[in-house]
Amino acid sequence: MRRIEPEEDTPDTSTKEELIPLYRQILAIRRMEEAAAKAYSQGKIGGFLHLIIGQEAVCVGAVSTLRRDDYVVATYREHGHAYAKGVSSRAILAELYGKKTGVVKGLGGSMHIFDKPTSFLGGYGIVGGHVPIAAGAGFASKYRGDGRVTLCFFGEGSSTIGGFQEGIALAALWKLPVVFICENNLYSMGTPLYRSLAVEDVSMRALAHGMARDRLDGDDVIRVRRRIQIAVDRARESGEPTLVEVRTYRFRGHSMSDPGLYRTREEVDEWKRRDPLAIARRRLVDECGASEEELRAVEDEVKKEIADAIRFAEDSPAADEYRPYVTKESPTGD
Amino acid sequence: MPVISYREALNHAIKEEMERDERVFLMGEEVGYYQGAYKVSQGLLQRFSERRVIDAPIAEMGFAGVGIGAAMVGLRPIIEFMTFNFSLVAIDQIVNNAAKIYQMSAGQFPIPIVFRGPGGPAVQVASQHSQALESMYSHVPGLKVAMPSTPYDAKGLLKSAVRDENPVIFIEGETLYNATGEVPDEEYLIPLGVAEVKRQGSHVSLIAWSAMVPVCMAAAEKLAEEGIEAEVVDPRTLRPLDAKTIVESVQKTGRCVIVEVGWPLCGYGAEVAYQVQRECLDSLDAPIERVTSEDVPMPYALNLEREVIPQVADVVSAVHKVLYLD
Repeated sequence: MRRIEPEEDTPDTSTKEELIPLYRQILAIRRMEEAAAKAYSQGKIGGFLHLIIGQEAVCVGAVSTLRRDDYVVATYREHGHAYAKGVSSRAILAELYGKKTGVVKGLGGSMHIFDKPTSFLGGYGIVGGHVPIAAGAGFASKYRGDGRVTLCFFGEGSSTIGGFQEGIALAALWKLPVVFICENNLYSMGTPLYRSLAVEDVSMRALAHGMARDRLDGDDVIRVRRRIQIAVDRARESGEPTLVEVRTYRFRGHSMSDPGLYRTREEVDEWKRRDPLAIARRRLVDECGASEEELRAVEDEVKKEIADAIRFAEDSPAADEYRPYVTKESPTGD
Repeated sequence: MPVISYREALNHAIKEEMERDERVFLMGEEVGYYQGAYKVSQGLLQRFSERRVIDAPIAEMGFAGVGIGAAMVGLRPIIEFMTFNFSLVAIDQIVNNAAKIYQMSAGQFPIPIVFRGPGGPAVQVASQHSQALESMYSHVPGLKVAMPSTPYDAKGLLKSAVRDENPVIFIEGETLYNATGEVPDEEYLIPLGVAEVKRQGSHVSLIAWSAMVPVCMAAAEKLAEEGIEAEVVDPRTLRPLDAKTIVESVQKTGRCVIVEVGWPLCGYGAEVAYQVQRECLDSLDAPIERVTSEDVPMPYALNLEREVIPQVADVVSAVHKVLYLD
């Protein structure tokens, strides 16, 4: 029988060397999305814009356990995941601006970041359907024996749709090296957990498939990193999948058009006291001996990076081609 | 030249492509140990093992998506739907993912995948198992749609589909599996997007694909007895469409009847009619006629089913109409 109980909490002591890069990523994602929100309100970014602000420690901690050639599959709320996997803030912001220099040349926008060099297999706007795709990347790794691991992110709102159910069922049946990470931010758009899931612990779904599971809070990037590492090691070593639920909270609305009237100010403030950015900074100072100067240097660097990325996005040429990527020229086709 | 069945032609195509390219695998319900619900995959499990011939549980959205994910990272899956009716529960994967990822990723991730299986009505399998869905799939940019009508075309088109860099919807005629025809032993490919004139004629052009090709060929035989020479044009691929071959035929004959087993409203034949009238207005001697199934879900009773599906007599009478003989 495989392990089906959540992992015991792991020692979460850290060092400056480990935590500073993670803190830097959380901060960069935070600043990048704040800049995106500002540009959106100025009408420079269109369509839908879903921010991950408040949830950054989940993608940063989880992706930090991967090799560069491991795969990541995510939803439409994926700026942070892409950044953590190595996509530049320039490429992401230029994409949001609909520019030729964007990561997908202005063809995808905020919801559809894809980046082959970093094995980032996409942001998907129709959630649940991306779960079998992650299983497919895992299938290919098993088929080839290439030792890669796939991380698949989704919200708890995705966990009722058929695509999710079929994706984890096949991953469990065929023992595919995939870690399914539910970022449970308590609201499926505007619908709270108790009105969308009969069982609010999404990791329980693993039980039906004999799949390993885990469940943890996502406010501390080191905790996320330690616990996802266990699941990634399991996938890499035994080829078996894990379903992990990480509790988290988005500080902003579902998208830019959402005023968030379904949540109380008190609730949001309560969660803001567990801000992953503040927690990482506090740990750096209190436990890892980082000096204010060191942290300010990181913060200045991030500020410069995002200012540069915004300038890059603003100055880049407009997207200019939509025909070349409809069908690929094939040796025998067309 | 050896004479083999449409089913065997498909089997040989898959076998040859799997032998040629280690990245090709076959996945679907009952494709392995059961040897295929329609026996198209007969012998493949024994030849290629469980690693490359994978029995999937009843989870079309799941295994279609697994195929797409595998294709994204470099494999070349053949996904079998036991029938294309079941593809409807995987349509999120096909339309929202397979057809779009190459474009959404700005060309970084082509999706070389074949979704194949039988489509169109068989005999008395009632409404949920009798649908012709090619019009729906042909509507979607990013997909290719192939529908062979003969064993020769089945093999040559399927081999091309496997080698194509794009998602190909490969709809086999459910009533054609036992049809036989000449298929050479040596390797050949039929490019996607090239029509073929299946019968030469000068009085009227019949445009048909898949199971409606033999119906039109039979109608042409009957019409020949009356001295009417019908040309039968089979586009073989609906997306991309080789409109040129169809247009040239209609410019020669001046009359056009489009025959399909799908429903009339927004049927693929309506698009063909549009393209023909646009290019052939000066050559047309009569309005274009369409022969389709009746606009109803398929009934079960044999007599009713026959009334709903286009028959040889329906084609003959449409030809009479465009020749002003009715």
